[in-house]
Amino acid sequence: MRDMKRQLLAGPYILWMAGFILLPVVMILYYAFTTTGGSFTLLNVSSITFSVHLKALILSLKLALICTVICLVLSYPLAMILNSMKAKSQSFIVFIFILPMWMNFMLRILAWRMLLSNNGVINSLLDALGLPGIDILNTPTAVVFCMVYDFLPFMILPIYNSMARIQTEIIEAARDLGAGNLTIFFKIILPLTMSGVISGIIMVFVPALTSFAVSDLLGGGKVLLIGNVIEQAFMQEYNWNLGSGLSFVLMIFVIASMALMNSRGEENGAGVW
Amino acid sequence: MRKNLLFLLTIFSLSVFFTGCGKKDDPNTLTVLNYGKYLEPEVLELFESETGIKVEYEEYITPENMYTKYKAGAIDYDLICTSDYMIQKLIQENEVSELNFNNIPLAENLDQTYFDFSKSFDPDNKYTLPYFFGTVGILYNRDMVDESKVNSWDILWNEKYSGQIIMADSVRDSFMVAQKRLGYSLNTTDEKELREAQKLLIQQKPLVYSYLVDEAQDEMIAENAAMAVVYSGEAGYALEFNEKLAFSVPKEGSNMWIDSWFIPKRARHTENAEKFLNFLCRKDIAMMNFDYVYYATPNTQVKEALDSELQENSTIFPPKETLKNCEIFQSLDDEATMRYNLYWKEIKSAD
Repeated sequence: MRDMKRQLLAGPYILWMAGFILLPVVMILYYAFTTTGGSFTLLNVSSITFSVHLKALILSLKLALICTVICLVLSYPLAMILNSMKAKSQSFIVFIFILPMWMNFMLRILAWRMLLSNNGVINSLLDALGLPGIDILNTPTAVVFCMVYDFLPFMILPIYNSMARIQTEIIEAARDLGAGNLTIFFKIILPLTMSGVISGIIMVFVPALTSFAVSDLLGGGKVLLIGNVIEQAFMQEYNWNLGSGLSFVLMIFVIASMALMNSRGEENGAGVW
Repeated sequence: MRKNLLFLLTIFSLSVFFTGCGKKDDPNTLTVLNYGKYLEPEVLELFESETGIKVEYEEYITPENMYTKYKAGAIDYDLICTSDYMIQKLIQENEVSELNFNNIPLAENLDQTYFDFSKSFDPDNKYTLPYFFGTVGILYNRDMVDESKVNSWDILWNEKYSGQIIMADSVRDSFMVAQKRLGYSLNTTDEKELREAQKLLIQQKPLVYSYLVDEAQDEMIAENAAMAVVYSGEAGYALEFNEKLAFSVPKEGSNMWIDSWFIPKRARHTENAEKFLNFLCRKDIAMMNFDYVYYATPNTQVKEALDSELQENSTIFPPKETLKNCEIFQSLDDEATMRYNLYWKEIKSAD
């Protein structure tokens, strides 16, 4: 009886899930495997093998991977430094990292557009200092740069959290037993923060892979990611079937990457699911 | 109008689909769908206070977005403004109602010439009421560009301007440039001609700064680029903000477009829609809209009331000789549309 009541509490969320997660997925599946006329087809899904779509998918994977690696390389040392600080300054710095997230994500991208443009703030400053200007707007570099900027907190926070959970006694004990800094890092800190690293990777890689707004605004229409192809199929071409077919393929990639990370995580007791 | 903000608006309007069900219909309302920044907001207030009809006003970015929104069927629009070829497509799909011109007496304020132009997509002039028109050309910065060469589309392939050219981020507008440069019709569906146009556009891609729609004018005003392919109306607007800018419609010809109002089949407040159309043709209202939008108006009363300098402004009001060289877009069948879209994607993903 008590169990029943407890399950009822999940009711609102189940409704939410059914209406806004399951139903859309079912609709995508339906569109993905039908023609505009409604008959069964595999063409929408298999169209991923068209050279344009394949190129866009490969570029998306490449940029998402680069973005994830950069985020990881930046975040891990940062989390370590942060963790070694006094508690008061720690919370202040974490606050600073979260601060940009108070502003809408679109506005931040638009701001970067202004900063990076030919006559933008950064180039004017460089020019005034007599330095050569930077010319990265409307290139994949700008897209990766902005994705790193946007997704960095999603990498730092889980790593920092897992690091803060490590009890200092464990490290002291290791030192007592004669472990050097390197041994402590590889035998204790790294394994214990693996869960944070893995959730960080997923939280950065997945949105980076499916992103289309950043490439649209900072790629100047010259960087075609799989997300842009899908958006175009829905918004410009009125071809929901193609858009759904490609979304389905993208979902497989997302699920595959999560499953891969998850199997890695389980070894270290850090499953995402 | 920022593309992404509007995209969010679209999502929002989709959510209306979930909340709007079962709402009782109020006969004293009017739901209007229009391009972004294409109607003086005060006009809506005036209409509401004069007639007591409440206007629900929505905006979109490209004709293709409009089509998607309309077809999604979440909202029953009473009145829509869009471009020539898209109206033709909707007429062919039997989605457009005939206008009752008896209820729009002030339509006589509009120049007959533009009803004649409209015949290319509305052969009997029974479905549409022209709103604004114009051409497509090159908006350029006089300090950065050799002015003797902007009379031809060729300049957009000149390597001297590498990284300073803004092309239109819309399938047909970009193809139009290449097609006209090659001397083909902008409505061609011939595979060979399209491939040639595509090849030109791929060749041009390394020189292109970015592909933009609405932001092109802002980039030109900020002098981030030397040249941009834009609508004449946008050019007229940009000229007001930066004296170095000028506009040219290349001699090979270009696209002439007419944006018109129509009442869709699913409209529920046809009478209100016609009242609104009549209101838009009234001299003072049309003048307010002209001041706000700054595109060429077919309203003769407005044009006559302007000072002569503005009347002769060839950026805003394309001269007859320019228009002679221009073609109006025709709607394409599904197969041709798919071919254009695929070729366009290939250009966008080319290195």
